[in-house]
Amino acid sequence: MSEQTEVVDSLAGMTLFADLSPPQLEAVAHIFEEEFFDEGTRVLRKSFAGSGFYVIIEGEAAVQLDGKVIATLGRGDFFGEISALLNALPTADVIATRPLRCAVLSGEALDGFLLDHPPVALRMLKAQARTIRNNNKWLS
Amino acid sequence: MAELTDRPFPPGEYPVVVVGTGPGGLQTSYSLSQLGVKHALLSADEQPAGMFQRFPFFQRLVTWSKPHAPVAKTERAHEWYDWNSLLSDEPSHRGSVIEFMDGSSYFPSRPEMEKGLVAFAERTGVVARYGCRWESTARAGDDFVLSTSDGEYRCKTVVFAIGMTEAWKPQIDGIDLVPHYVDMRPPKEFAGKSIFIMGKRNSGFELADGLLPWAKQLILGSPRPAKLSIITHSTSGARARYMQPYEDNALGGGHFVLDAAIERIERTANGYRVHTNGTTRPGVMVFDVDEVIAGTGFTTPLGDLPALGVKTFYQNRLPAQTPFFQSATVPGLFFAGSVTQGSIGLKKYGIPSNSAAVHGFRYNARLLAQHIAETRHGVKVERPFVERDQVVPYLLDEATNAPELWNQQSYLARVLQFDGARGITDEGIVPLQHFVDTAGSDAVAITVETDGTGDIHPALYVRRAGTTEERILSSNPLHDFATSEHHAELTGALKPLID
Repeated sequence: MSEQTEVVDSLAGMTLFADLSPPQLEAVAHIFEEEFFDEGTRVLRKSFAGSGFYVIIEGEAAVQLDGKVIATLGRGDFFGEISALLNALPTADVIATRPLRCAVLSGEALDGFLLDHPPVALRMLKAQARTIRNNNKWLS
Repeated sequence: MAELTDRPFPPGEYPVVVVGTGPGGLQTSYSLSQLGVKHALLSADEQPAGMFQRFPFFQRLVTWSKPHAPVAKTERAHEWYDWNSLLSDEPSHRGSVIEFMDGSSYFPSRPEMEKGLVAFAERTGVVARYGCRWESTARAGDDFVLSTSDGEYRCKTVVFAIGMTEAWKPQIDGIDLVPHYVDMRPPKEFAGKSIFIMGKRNSGFELADGLLPWAKQLILGSPRPAKLSIITHSTSGARARYMQPYEDNALGGGHFVLDAAIERIERTANGYRVHTNGTTRPGVMVFDVDEVIAGTGFTTPLGDLPALGVKTFYQNRLPAQTPFFQSATVPGLFFAGSVTQGSIGLKKYGIPSNSAAVHGFRYNARLLAQHIAETRHGVKVERPFVERDQVVPYLLDEATNAPELWNQQSYLARVLQFDGARGITDEGIVPLQHFVDTAGSDAVAITVETDGTGDIHPALYVRRAGTTEERILSSNPLHDFATSEHHAELTGALKPLID
């Protein structure tokens, strides 16, 4: 199986892209760029402009704030959306803790992509809602 | 056997072996020699720049060399205006491609490019063992063992400058029935035909543009909407000079540029049937055409390197690399030339480096040579001191004129280090990713960057007490970053380091 097919298949299996048709998934696989980060590489840099939106295809990453791990991310998870959507600087670092393959979209392109693919925007909204609910549970 | 022994670099043991004599291999070999690093340069071709005997198919490059630039070709700043010549420490060897251009275009023709590179190799004394094909690779302890058509080469450091010019096709039913860009026939053979071109990146648009005078109808199709360089502010988008087919589509001229996933291709009695499924505009579309050409891109002929442990990505088309172009997974194995686009860098605002083209990777090759010389051969390249009152004007002059910073925006940086005891030293040109992700003394890096709106400005990275902060400086409509406003901005930003 070629890796292009594998990327499409990987995206198809992710909740974020679950509502897209096969041709739409193929377009997404072309719109996003595939990038690889070796273990220990910084992917998202706190307070640096021009960052992207990342969806993990394979591997693992840690969200770090001032050197402390505040979350771990794996296949199907995404990051960078908050700074992309708010046009703000990232508030944490994300570091590959295992060899990491991501589908990447530039931050500037995220608004347009979500407007063109409303089901993905809805899935992203639900994921954020779950995060807020879980954080509230944790705080209470 | 006389011929084998007369040629340079016979099989044997060398400190470094460089494979390939395209512009990446030539620049690496030249730069290694300047640093006194002994190496063998091997090439499967019969002469330097062999690729330019075949590509680009439609005769002209997509990278400019301006014959009448604002600065003389002997000056370093000229490199920003001449994207195709290789770098030389000797001013009279600079700008070699321009010498052969006939004035009909500021994009060199294929033969003009070839002549310029051959002249560079001759004048700078870059010699290679031509007609020596790298066939396989093995490890013997710490050594690499390269089997070639001439015999075995052993080395501790190997650089592959093997280009990204091998045909690549995605997995689509029936795609094996159709030729790729690299198999292209003379355009006149397409006279009066309907042609489906798979792909809307540069090679797809180059094919379409070249076939405009001949084709009855052109249909360009791929899943993703076309990205255009003048919109993306980067050379990764389809270049403006290939946009005539796109304008024809926009004006309803009869040629089409469509966003569609290609489901399968069938042979018919008179040509091909292409089954597609619209993406931007959903719906099945079926095309009966005379010809189909895959303008689907290229891959790196990595041979057995993945089996040696070289990690790849981008549909296995590129080897993953460190900021200094070493395989991310096999120490001692490096890459040069267009393959260095696999060392991604920060890719700020989604804009990639120019490492896919000569104007970007020639600087990578020079950096690579210095990195190999310093880390593997004990060479110490001098870091000159900079007077305190010269820091601001020097950095602003670099931001305005340094070809490394303009050709490799947000990718390569000029770095000054501030060491209380030693003073301020010029660390030279450094990969930005290496600077921002590596701990070290107090230092500053300056780059040129283009943001998502197309604004071009200097960006500053100040490392102090182990923390690196980014600071964006103002832009200027004429790209002059040495104004009093910039002087004041930079002085303020560096105050903690300079005071």
